[in-house]
Amino acid sequence: MTFLGMPGAPPGVGQLRQAEPFPTAAARALEDSQLRRNLRHATSAIRGKRAAAVAEVPDWEELRAAGAAIKDDVLAHLDRYLVQLEDQVTARGGTVHWAGDACEASQIVIGLVGATGESKVVKVKSMAAQEIGLNDALAAAGIEVTETDLAELIVQLGRDTPSHILVPAIHRNREQIRDIFTREMPDAPRGLSDQPAALAEAARAHLRRKFLSAKVAISGANFAVAETGTLVVVESEGNGRMCLTLPRTLITVMGIEKVLPAWRDLEVFLQLLPRSSTAERMNPYTSMWTGAVEGQDFHLVLLDNGRTATLADPRGRAALRCIRCSACLNVCPVYERAGGHAYGSVYPGPIGAVLSPQLTGVADNPDLPFASTLCGACYDVCPVAIDIPAMLIHLRSRVVDDKRAHQRTAEAAAMRLLAWTMSDSRRWSRALRLGRAGRLLGRHGNRISSLPGPLAAWTASRDLPRPPRQTFRDWWRTGHRE
Amino acid sequence: MSSRDQILQRIRAATADITSPPDVPRRYSPATAAGAPGSAEADDTLIDLFAERAGDYQATVRRCPYADAARVVGEAVASHGARRIGVPRGFPAEWSAQLPEPVPDDPPLEVAALDILDGVVTTCAVAIAETGTIVLDSGPGQGGRALSLMPDYHLAVVRAGQIVATVPDAIAALDPLRPLTWISGPSATSDIELIRVEGVHGPRTLDVIIITTAFKGDDVRGGGPYAVCG
Repeated sequence: MTFLGMPGAPPGVGQLRQAEPFPTAAARALEDSQLRRNLRHATSAIRGKRAAAVAEVPDWEELRAAGAAIKDDVLAHLDRYLVQLEDQVTARGGTVHWAGDACEASQIVIGLVGATGESKVVKVKSMAAQEIGLNDALAAAGIEVTETDLAELIVQLGRDTPSHILVPAIHRNREQIRDIFTREMPDAPRGLSDQPAALAEAARAHLRRKFLSAKVAISGANFAVAETGTLVVVESEGNGRMCLTLPRTLITVMGIEKVLPAWRDLEVFLQLLPRSSTAERMNPYTSMWTGAVEGQDFHLVLLDNGRTATLADPRGRAALRCIRCSACLNVCPVYERAGGHAYGSVYPGPIGAVLSPQLTGVADNPDLPFASTLCGACYDVCPVAIDIPAMLIHLRSRVVDDKRAHQRTAEAAAMRLLAWTMSDSRRWSRALRLGRAGRLLGRHGNRISSLPGPLAAWTASRDLPRPPRQTFRDWWRTGHRE
Repeated sequence: MSSRDQILQRIRAATADITSPPDVPRRYSPATAAGAPGSAEADDTLIDLFAERAGDYQATVRRCPYADAARVVGEAVASHGARRIGVPRGFPAEWSAQLPEPVPDDPPLEVAALDILDGVVTTCAVAIAETGTIVLDSGPGQGGRALSLMPDYHLAVVRAGQIVATVPDAIAALDPLRPLTWISGPSATSDIELIRVEGVHGPRTLDVIIITTAFKGDDVRGGGPYAVCG
């Protein structure tokens, strides 16, 4: 159930839902010492660099405030900006499609690829495409997809799933990547070394022919300017430029919240995004195009897939400000230890913990709002000032409300019993005295390390103090006199 | 009801509670008139900053007066052993005079022809000092988007007057209706252990030459991004 009954992202397609509870997945990840080493190494390196890149900008806080407000303005007038974007793109020769959910978006893309008569496409890394499971849908339709981003290629060749928004293969180290390339890339050079430069070179050679022969490309978008119809893709490797430039047909799948009101707004986001994501003053390549350019066919697919449901919650909608920089992942103590796969969604880490449950409805991701220590580091680094800790607390209450409304859990029954007991002082005093029976437990060391029956869940990760001989109320009445 | 109408209707229902949309506070440093292309004051600090920041990306930055451009372009290309160099339409003839094997991109070269080039020379529309970025807009001397992408070596010639101070200055100077490519150093990736490696799919080597003086009526301070020089 999503907010106000708005349809969320449909189950069964894409990758937004936990397959197993977060604590189960996280516990397994914690046992993988290699994974923890890889994550600690990568995230600690980027944290320092990001801090330096941000410290260099004297007006960072002002840019951040502007970024947040521009996004809030977008959300407040999203209908108007989307229609304006559609008008501008259409006027300049592009075609705009609207997709209510993942299934519809994939069907639109399959139809567009089919219309070209091609059965092979090259693809630029896109969170929206990952979210809707586009590769699986295309494969099922007989269309061969080649991921061209280095990390996505590593994930694809390793038959793996992404674990980070920016660096989907962050859970792999250089030796593991070398092994994947050697095993899965027929044209990998013999004796390939595990030096990052050699691995990048191998990917370059592997993809070069595919770029040259590609007729259709699929991309995401970082921004789209309503005022002009300009699409923006921010990248590093040049695979984005290859895909956006060489093929005759370009299909861009974009979440509806990515629109910006005016061309001028890019002056804010092109400062916020690179420094927050890769800790660079500017990322190597940014491509901007307006409508169909250089003789291309251009299609823009606007995707809802639970975004309007997210928009409907006044205390949750700010999650849609997110520009997918991944700074919050890199500073999160929970992410650093559990890794991205534990979240079960393409959006892991702090932003995933607030975004995924809203896109799907909290019932389908009930653990994620609890997958946080509420330390607040994510809020501090967020370039669009999303108050993730406050939103997590709000979503925790939504999870509880949802459970109360839809499930008869033992916890809910216990809470009802407790409410009845606490509403009467005599009942409450008697219950407290009953609690002294708990002294039978915890006779060793004055701590109870495991409660019996279903109560054991409480002591699974903590001890309970042994109840005292006398309740506080009894002590007050008997021993405490003026 | 179409998906379009459904989505728009959902948005209106979802945002019905928003009665006073936020004002956007723009208290950050705005575009500066001083940094705009064509501003009268020569600003060596801007040139220095651009050279330093472009150099931080492992781009090799050279400076020369207009009269020496052909020699410096030739030397830069030779230093990489590149021979077959794509030359876009509108690239000043004086600057390409000492290229070993110029290949005119006029009419635009096919992808297969681009693939066998050793390198490419281009001008640019705008350069940004603060971030060491050059921006191409397919204007004169720049060719189509594929020309500066396919060859492994890219030499960009920047006239000093095209350097603006900040990102807001660049946004103010650029035309969004042209296809734009912002380039900050050579192609790179951080996908392996978040360590930056130069050179993936785009050019693995980027050289920049800054033309510091005017020549033959070409005012390096004037003209804006679309002036054809030479």
